[in-house]
Amino acid sequence: MSEAEGTAPEEWRRTSPLSFAVSAILSLRSAGLPALAALIGTGAARQGWTVIVPVLLAMGLLTALISFLAWRRFRYRIGETDIRVERGLFSRTARSVPYERIQDVSLEQALVPRLFGMVEVKFETGAGGKDEVRVRYVSSDEAEALRETVRARISGAAAGTAEPSAAEETAAALFVMDRKRLAMFGLFEFSLVAFAVLAGAAQQFDSLLPIDIWSYQAWVGLLGERGHSLQGAGLAAQVIAATLAIATLSLVGLATGFIRTVLRDYGFRLEDTPKGLRRRRGLLTRTDVIMPLPRIQALKLRTGIVRRRFGWHELGVVSLAQDAKEANHIIVPFGKMDEIDAVVAATGFALPTADTAWRRPCLRYQIDRALLLLVPPCFAALAVTSGGQRLGLGSQAMLPAVGALLALAALIFVSARFRWRHDRYAVEGVRIYVRRGWLAPRLDIASAIRLQSVEIVQGPLARRRSYANLRFGLAGGTLEIVGATLEDARAIRADVLSHIARVDFSHS
Amino acid sequence: MLPLGGLLSIGWVMDENPLTPLHPNYLKLVRLVAVLLAMPAIVVALVLEARGGLPRGIFLAPVVLVGLWLIVRTPLRRYQARGYRMDADRLQVVRGIIFNSDTVVPFGRVQHIDVHQGPLERVYGLGTLVLHTAGNHNASVSLPGISHHDALAMREEIRAHAKRETK
Repeated sequence: MSEAEGTAPEEWRRTSPLSFAVSAILSLRSAGLPALAALIGTGAARQGWTVIVPVLLAMGLLTALISFLAWRRFRYRIGETDIRVERGLFSRTARSVPYERIQDVSLEQALVPRLFGMVEVKFETGAGGKDEVRVRYVSSDEAEALRETVRARISGAAAGTAEPSAAEETAAALFVMDRKRLAMFGLFEFSLVAFAVLAGAAQQFDSLLPIDIWSYQAWVGLLGERGHSLQGAGLAAQVIAATLAIATLSLVGLATGFIRTVLRDYGFRLEDTPKGLRRRRGLLTRTDVIMPLPRIQALKLRTGIVRRRFGWHELGVVSLAQDAKEANHIIVPFGKMDEIDAVVAATGFALPTADTAWRRPCLRYQIDRALLLLVPPCFAALAVTSGGQRLGLGSQAMLPAVGALLALAALIFVSARFRWRHDRYAVEGVRIYVRRGWLAPRLDIASAIRLQSVEIVQGPLARRRSYANLRFGLAGGTLEIVGATLEDARAIRADVLSHIARVDFSHS
Repeated sequence: MLPLGGLLSIGWVMDENPLTPLHPNYLKLVRLVAVLLAMPAIVVALVLEARGGLPRGIFLAPVVLVGLWLIVRTPLRRYQARGYRMDADRLQVVRGIIFNSDTVVPFGRVQHIDVHQGPLERVYGLGTLVLHTAGNHNASVSLPGISHHDALAMREEIRAHAKRETK
C-alpha cells in the first residue's frame, strides 16, 4: 500500500512532465476542428497545402508552447493545514483550500491521459463543481499516494486521528455488474439521442448536403428522378419501407443505449470501505470515487416503465459534494430489490418495510388538483363549440373535436385517480419516505437529521381547504411532500425539527 | 400524533405559536416603495390628460385608484401576513398574502448569517436578517422588516448558539 507519509509535506510540487503533452493534445483536439472550419470558411483552403500546413504547424507549436508554460507555472503543495495551488501564465492565482473544506478526493482518467498513464486529481469542496481544485495529470501511483495523504489529513482535521490506509484489502464488494448484467442494462437504456444528434447535425450542415432535406419538394424531386419504381410500387412497397424505417430507428436506439451504457458502466464495482462507498466504473474514462457515508444526505430509488415489470431498479445518492454531472451519484445502476436492499443497509438508511404506515395526500387536495387539470380541456371544448356555431358549422362537424377533448378530460381524471392510489409518504422515526408516480414510481428516502430547513407552503386554494405542501431543505437535492392536511404537515414538521435539534452539523 | 388534532387552520397555530409582528416602520417602507413605483405611471397619466381631447380623468382616475390600492391596502395586508418567531434553537419566518409560506430554520443548520441594510431601510432604521443553509431549497431565508438593532442582536444570538453546540 502506498505510504501516506511517503512524500514530505510543505514542499512545492509540479505535475508530471508528461502532463503538458497530454494537455497540448487535448487543446489541439478542441482547437483543431474550429481552426480547420475557419480555414475552409475563409476560403484559405483553396490556396492548397502551402497555406494549410504552415498554419496548422504554427498552431501546434503555439499550443505546445502555451501548454508547456502553463505546466511550468503550475505548482501545488500539500501543507499541514491546507492544499495550495498556484497557477496562471500572466495573472497568477494562488488558492488555499483548508482540509476541513475538502469533501473528497476523486481520481479521473479520460482516454487521452489514460494512454499516457496519467490521472487527474480533483479535490471536491462542495462548491458545486465551480471552484473545484484540480491537479491535472500526475502518474497513477502519485495520484493514489496524493489521495491517501490528503484523506489522512482530512480525517485528521475532522477527528484528530489518521486512519491507516488498509482500505483496499478489507473492502467488501457491495454491488458488481458482470458483463451479462451490463448487456441486459444496455438493452433497457434504449435511446434515440444518437438519432436526434444525427438529425441536428443534418440541420446544422444542411448547406453541405446535395439536397435540402427539410424540403418536401426536394424529396419528391429526388424520388421523381431515381425513385420511379418506389413511387409506383403502391401500398406494399410503402409498408415495407415504413417497416424498414422503424426497424432502423429501433436498431439505432438499441445500439446507442447499449454503447453509452457500456462506455459508462463497464466494470461497475461498488465497495464498502472504511472511508465510505467506493465506486469504480467506465470503459474509456475510468472514474474512481469515494463517497464518505456521513456525506450522503438521502437516497433516490428510480425505475422505468418497462424495466419495472422485470424487477430492475436504480439507486442513487444525494450527496453534499454534488457534482454538476447528472448521473454521477448512482450507486446501483441496474439491480434487483434484494441487491439494493443490501446497499441501502450499508449506507445506514433503510427501505420501507411491509409495516410502514403510508399516508396519501388528502382527498381534498386530490379533488382540487383533478378539477384544475380538467379546466383546460373543458374550456377548449367550450371554445370549439362556440367557435363552430359562429362559423355556422353543424353540431355533427364539431362532434369529433369535442369528443376528443372530453375523452382527454376523462383520461386526466382516471390518471389522477390512479396517482392518488400510488402517491404516498411516510415518516418513521428519523426516516422520511416520499413515493410518487404510477407507472414508474420514484421513492425518496431521507433522514430527518440531515435536513436543513422545513417550509410549509400554501396557495390560495390550499388555504381555503386547509392542506399544504411540505418542502424540506436538502443539501444537494430536493424533497417535498405534496398535499398533506395542514395538521399532518405541522405534525411532521414538529417531528422533523425535534430530530434536527438533537444533532448539530452547522460547523462540521 | 397531534395533541390538538381536532382543531384546524390558522387560529390554532396563532394560539399555539404567537408570531412576532414586523417593525411598524416596515409598513411605511413598503408604502414608500409603492409610491416610488407608482410615480412614473401617474406622470404618464398626467401627460396624457394634459393633451386633452378625451373626457377628463379617463387616464388619471383608474391610475390613481389602482395606485391607492397598491399604496394603502396591499402593504397593510402584506405587513399583516408577515411575522417571525425566534425560539431557543430555531427561527420561524411566515410570509405571503396569496401564496403563504411558513419556513423554520434550525440554528444547528445555519451555515452563515448576513445582516443587510439598503439605503431606504437605513432611513427607517430597518435591517434584513438572512440565514444561509446548505439545502438546495431555501438556501437562504431572509427576514426583512425588523429593526437593524434587532437584526444584529439576533445574528449574535444565532451565532452564539451555533458555537455552543459545536463545543
